[in-house]
Amino acid sequence: MLSKVVLRRGLGRMGVAGALLALVTASTPAPAQQAEQYFSIPSTRVGPYNAQGTGIYGGMIDYLNYVNIKHGGVNGVKLTYEECETEYNAARSVECYQRLLNKGDQKMLAWDPYGTPLAYAVIGRVAADNVVLAQAGYGRTDAADGRVWPWVFGAHSNYWSQIAMKLNFIQEKEGGIDKMKGKTIVHLHIDTAYGREPLPAMRQIAKDWGFNLVEIPIAPPGLEQQSQWLQIRQAKADWVTFWGAGAGMSGTAITSAARVGFPRNKIIFVTFGGAEEDMIAGGAQSKDTYVVAMVLPGKQFPLIADMEKVLYSGSAGKGNMQNPNRVGTIYYNRGVIAAVNFVEAMKNAQKLHNKVGQAITGAEFRDGYEALDYTSDAKRKELGIEGMIPGYKLSCRDHEGAGKFQMMQWDGSKFQIVSKDWMGANDPKMIRTLIEDSAEKYAKENNITLRDCPN
Amino acid sequence: MFYREAGQFRTSYAQDSQIFPLRQDRIGIAIILMAAVLLPFVANAYWLSAILIPWLVLSLVALGQNILMGYAGQLSLGSAGFMAVGAFACYNFILRVEGIPFVVAVALSGVCAALVGIVFGLPSLRIRGLYLAVATLASQFFIVWALDKFPWFKNYDPAGVITAQPIVMFGHNFASPREKYWVVLVIVAALALLAKNMARGSVGRGWMAVRDMDVAAEAMGLSLLRTKLQAFAISSFYCGVGGALFAFAYLQTVEPSAFTIELSFRILFMVIIGGLGTIMGSFLGAAFILLMPIFLNVSFHGVFGQSVDASVISAVEQVIFGVMIIAFLIYEPLGLARLWQLTKERLRLWPFSH
Repeated sequence: MLSKVVLRRGLGRMGVAGALLALVTASTPAPAQQAEQYFSIPSTRVGPYNAQGTGIYGGMIDYLNYVNIKHGGVNGVKLTYEECETEYNAARSVECYQRLLNKGDQKMLAWDPYGTPLAYAVIGRVAADNVVLAQAGYGRTDAADGRVWPWVFGAHSNYWSQIAMKLNFIQEKEGGIDKMKGKTIVHLHIDTAYGREPLPAMRQIAKDWGFNLVEIPIAPPGLEQQSQWLQIRQAKADWVTFWGAGAGMSGTAITSAARVGFPRNKIIFVTFGGAEEDMIAGGAQSKDTYVVAMVLPGKQFPLIADMEKVLYSGSAGKGNMQNPNRVGTIYYNRGVIAAVNFVEAMKNAQKLHNKVGQAITGAEFRDGYEALDYTSDAKRKELGIEGMIPGYKLSCRDHEGAGKFQMMQWDGSKFQIVSKDWMGANDPKMIRTLIEDSAEKYAKENNITLRDCPN
Repeated sequence: MFYREAGQFRTSYAQDSQIFPLRQDRIGIAIILMAAVLLPFVANAYWLSAILIPWLVLSLVALGQNILMGYAGQLSLGSAGFMAVGAFACYNFILRVEGIPFVVAVALSGVCAALVGIVFGLPSLRIRGLYLAVATLASQFFIVWALDKFPWFKNYDPAGVITAQPIVMFGHNFASPREKYWVVLVIVAALALLAKNMARGSVGRGWMAVRDMDVAAEAMGLSLLRTKLQAFAISSFYCGVGGALFAFAYLQTVEPSAFTIELSFRILFMVIIGGLGTIMGSFLGAAFILLMPIFLNVSFHGVFGQSVDASVISAVEQVIFGVMIIAFLIYEPLGLARLWQLTKERLRLWPFSH
């Protein structure tokens, strides 16, 4: 009897929800007065990586709104977005990708899932769907070769450049490459595609410099690391390059390191799991930990300051961040820069294809993204991001751009920048050769003809 | 009124042992099958590649888990591990055997998974219940670890995420979502039919005897060793085929981290919510666990749009999903398949009350 009631009630409710949904979708038609351009937001707001998801996608959404409010869109084209929750799960993200692919008569221009496993999950689909895979500093590294991967962009770095930069920083601290012989560096990583991604470059440099590389994996979500840190101590590690994700894992790493007495100023965190949230999770013991930054944090940059004024000041309430204090944090600024790339690429595309003031297609957006150019100081100043990112440009062949980072150190309450300038690999040519060799190998295995690139 | 068995007589043994003795059932299943085959002509790429394909594939895996858990009564937590075996076996067969048709590779990967399943089924001869579940957990961790540890399985790919090869059979590349859907549909329908027949034949009766009381089953002459390992092998075969399809027809990548313990748990929930020991329950349970979060996500983002904080919405969706699972288990512990059965019983009398 009870079950009958449930069945009847359940069906009734589902009907109501369905009707409500139909009503809502029917009542929001797009009166095509102003041209619109649609962006997809594959967010990660729940689960272990929620700090990253809310920050990055909050920044991204805020910038799209900011452009609409401040400049009336991109040359008059209003920016809209649709959000889908991926839970940092590759299978869910594929569903989101398919769901967000089409909206009305527009296709999404770019896909930026902010997770290496998630980027891998769609890397085979984007070319056929005419979607740009914007994997800013993450994802498949050898996709930085634009001859093999025309639709994938890593602007403005990737994991091989990052590990090379970390090792470059270590050799400077140790007093030169010749001092590296015999040193032990532990790569402590989460056991996913993301954690393993830097290994090919790291192994190569270890061979060249003669240091001892120890690889220690941690099964996700990485909340138990006692045995790994004991192992690190037994190996008498000189440095640890920590490649984790999520505040839980980062905090555990710091407290475990403190418990075995491993000095925090010999640990270098990765960009992905290296934000204020990760350091706070480690408590007072996080002090002196090194973190690599791809985009610098802070509100001192004119763009971030203005965004805060426009979106958050007084009772504006137009911002996407639940906690307005997180404006200007690492993740937030990184999301803003990702959206700046979208908007700049869109401007380029409009100019290249004579469509100023009109919506553009995926293929046109791809051309615009490839034409991203931040080399001039004036350009970065005009955007209000001077100093936030290194100057760089993309080209047909080079889909990475800068490959440069800053090193920061946590002083207990905020990050202090300790590198003098944007810093890359000790030998960037060697990293580039590794990337192109790997891409060429992939192309050969999969019968891809290399795109002819002038530069 | 429409669902009456009065007047339908069975006059031969063949009629008596058919799958759907009722005319209405036969008509219904024919309509469903027809609709399933013709669906790609109306459904768009999103429905095919993001909803229907994963649903059919996970239904198949749930079916495998149901054979082991629902019919044979062996509590197991390793289904995602067996899926991983299937996916990687399929990848390696296509990679290393020139010109092997996809369906043959899938069948062989099922066999590989079955062999692994037999090995991990051995503890079931000594332990049962929750203890067995813990023992089968080992398979989950061991398989994923082994696939990561030995790079041969991944053809020495440094990142460990491999792009799945295209689905090629009879010189044709099944590339579009529609074609992939048909491939999946045919395989799943055939295996579901096979499972139904096994379940109501002597094989299934053996499983159920073992499930209900293994000492009695042994006393009646059933070999426990054979029956249990047979259940493990067949269940793993289904999981392996499902894993291969999951990787090749849905994700289009092959990587161990897609087959985590979390997926094993979700498959377990599919079976419990769908209904233990029912074929239909596997399909209903997979639909509930897979599609309900998507339905919630779509409807909440549709209703509230961008007016409410998306972080709150995402959290609320998870809460609602959890509450729904609890409510289901309280009101209908026998699962969704039981609801369908009750509906059928009511339909028999409808519109009369007696």
